[in-house]
Amino acid sequence: MADSAAGGEASILITVEFTGGLEMLFSNERKHPIVLPPRLDDGSRPNITYLLQHLVEHVMRDQRKALFIMEDNVRPGILVLINDTDWELEGEEKYELQQGDNIVFVSTLHGG
Amino acid sequence: MAPTACFNCQQARAVIIRPKNRHKLCRACFLAIFETEVHETITGTNLFYPGERVAIGASGGKDSTVLAAVLKTLNERYNYGLDLCLLSIDEGIRGYRDDSLETVKRNAVQYEMPLEIVGYGELYGWTMDQVVEQVGKKGNCTYCGVFRRQALDRGAARLGIKHVVTGHNADDVAETVMMNLLRGDLPRLSRGTKIVTDSDASDIKRSKPLKYAYEKEIVLYAHHRQLDYFSTECIYSPEAFRGSARTLIKDLEKIRPSSILDIVKSGEDMAALVPRNVSQNGKGSQRVAAGEDEATGGCGSQNGRSSGGEMAAMEQQLNENETAESHETEIRLPAGPTSQKLPKGGKVIKKQTMGHCERCGYISSQRICKACTLLDGLNRNRPKTAIEVSVGMEDEESSTTLMRQMERTQLTSAEMLKKNEDEHV
Repeated sequence: MADSAAGGEASILITVEFTGGLEMLFSNERKHPIVLPPRLDDGSRPNITYLLQHLVEHVMRDQRKALFIMEDNVRPGILVLINDTDWELEGEEKYELQQGDNIVFVSTLHGG
Repeated sequence: MAPTACFNCQQARAVIIRPKNRHKLCRACFLAIFETEVHETITGTNLFYPGERVAIGASGGKDSTVLAAVLKTLNERYNYGLDLCLLSIDEGIRGYRDDSLETVKRNAVQYEMPLEIVGYGELYGWTMDQVVEQVGKKGNCTYCGVFRRQALDRGAARLGIKHVVTGHNADDVAETVMMNLLRGDLPRLSRGTKIVTDSDASDIKRSKPLKYAYEKEIVLYAHHRQLDYFSTECIYSPEAFRGSARTLIKDLEKIRPSSILDIVKSGEDMAALVPRNVSQNGKGSQRVAAGEDEATGGCGSQNGRSSGGEMAAMEQQLNENETAESHETEIRLPAGPTSQKLPKGGKVIKKQTMGHCERCGYISSQRICKACTLLDGLNRNRPKTAIEVSVGMEDEESSTTLMRQMERTQLTSAEMLKKNEDEHV
């Protein structure tokens, strides 16, 4: 990152979207601007695993965590798109978030 | 990770991995291939004939929305010559169906298709809101399922259309296979795997052109084409979200994505082994009141997105139905080898004469069809206030009946009846 000067790294601003019915778990809001620290305590960069934890702890008000997370990962049946690309092509939960990323969680589990 | 090039065009950046073969495709190739595969399903099964009028069972949800979009695209691209329209059921659930119907109305404009909406209120004199007020949330899905089956048929008949397509996808079919395997219900398993469900006696056939399409791809197709769809669970079956059979399918997909189509294939192969005329004794397991093989696009809990609780409810329903249905309809499998030996304990079903419900004229082998039976129960217990308005039970029944007689159609389908009876969501 251009502004990742030592000691003064900027926070990472991303947009997280919930759709396909998942928005109901997140205050019925589809889009959530999220701010993440540039580095974690261990010096690593925040990845999707970290984001999930952050979302559950700070964004999700609904108590039914299991509808979103299972075994510390996204529940099967929920698709994750990183800048419109299937997260399977981006390293899944190990993907390190970049400034301005758009992360979409789409549930496939709802009625059709 | 470095961008991956599309497996198909080798140029654009891949944005999806196909569950069935792990091919990495770019947006344009994915959309094209998805459409082509549906086209191949349609042509490979001679699903339509030129000039055919087809109603798309539309709920506003992802599956039926994608179905409508793809059928419009293919109809124009390959000159199917289809006359397409949207057919929606208004169960009368405020805060759920009214919202999704708005989506369907927008779809009608977007896809330039006429839209027909048939409501439980007009057909039966009861909206689901009223039903739930009366019977509570438990078991209300049974009413909804039974009513829906007739409603779609009546809607199609009203339009003079004999073919209704629904948005059932490969995940739905796989789930049906698994559920019926677990229940030991081969006739239903067989039926659920068929792309077309109708019978000799049937007037209106149903089919599922998206039968081989992964739910994941349907959702991605909708996403990449930015289709306008609605996704919220029915407020009366919130547990559907956690459906156990659904969870199983999704877990399998996670481990091995091709599992879903493999289960569909297995189901088809098993179906080929099911004798044409099989009836089962005993618990009447083939009459399990579940609509997972033939639900219409429209309810979150359909397609067997059943929780354990729903399974239990289903069992209960089954037992309740047993008496009523002991004289009841045969299951005729529309296709399949006729010369198969019957399994031990199976027996050839005796043909029954299909008649019409005395109340509403709907096809039924019973004197009174299932919907009317349910309505009887509802009307009998109608809140006092309603009855006091000088409407005796008899009158009230007949008024509902009258309303339904106005809807009287020439529906003559054993298959239809059976499904109607089976319908449970």
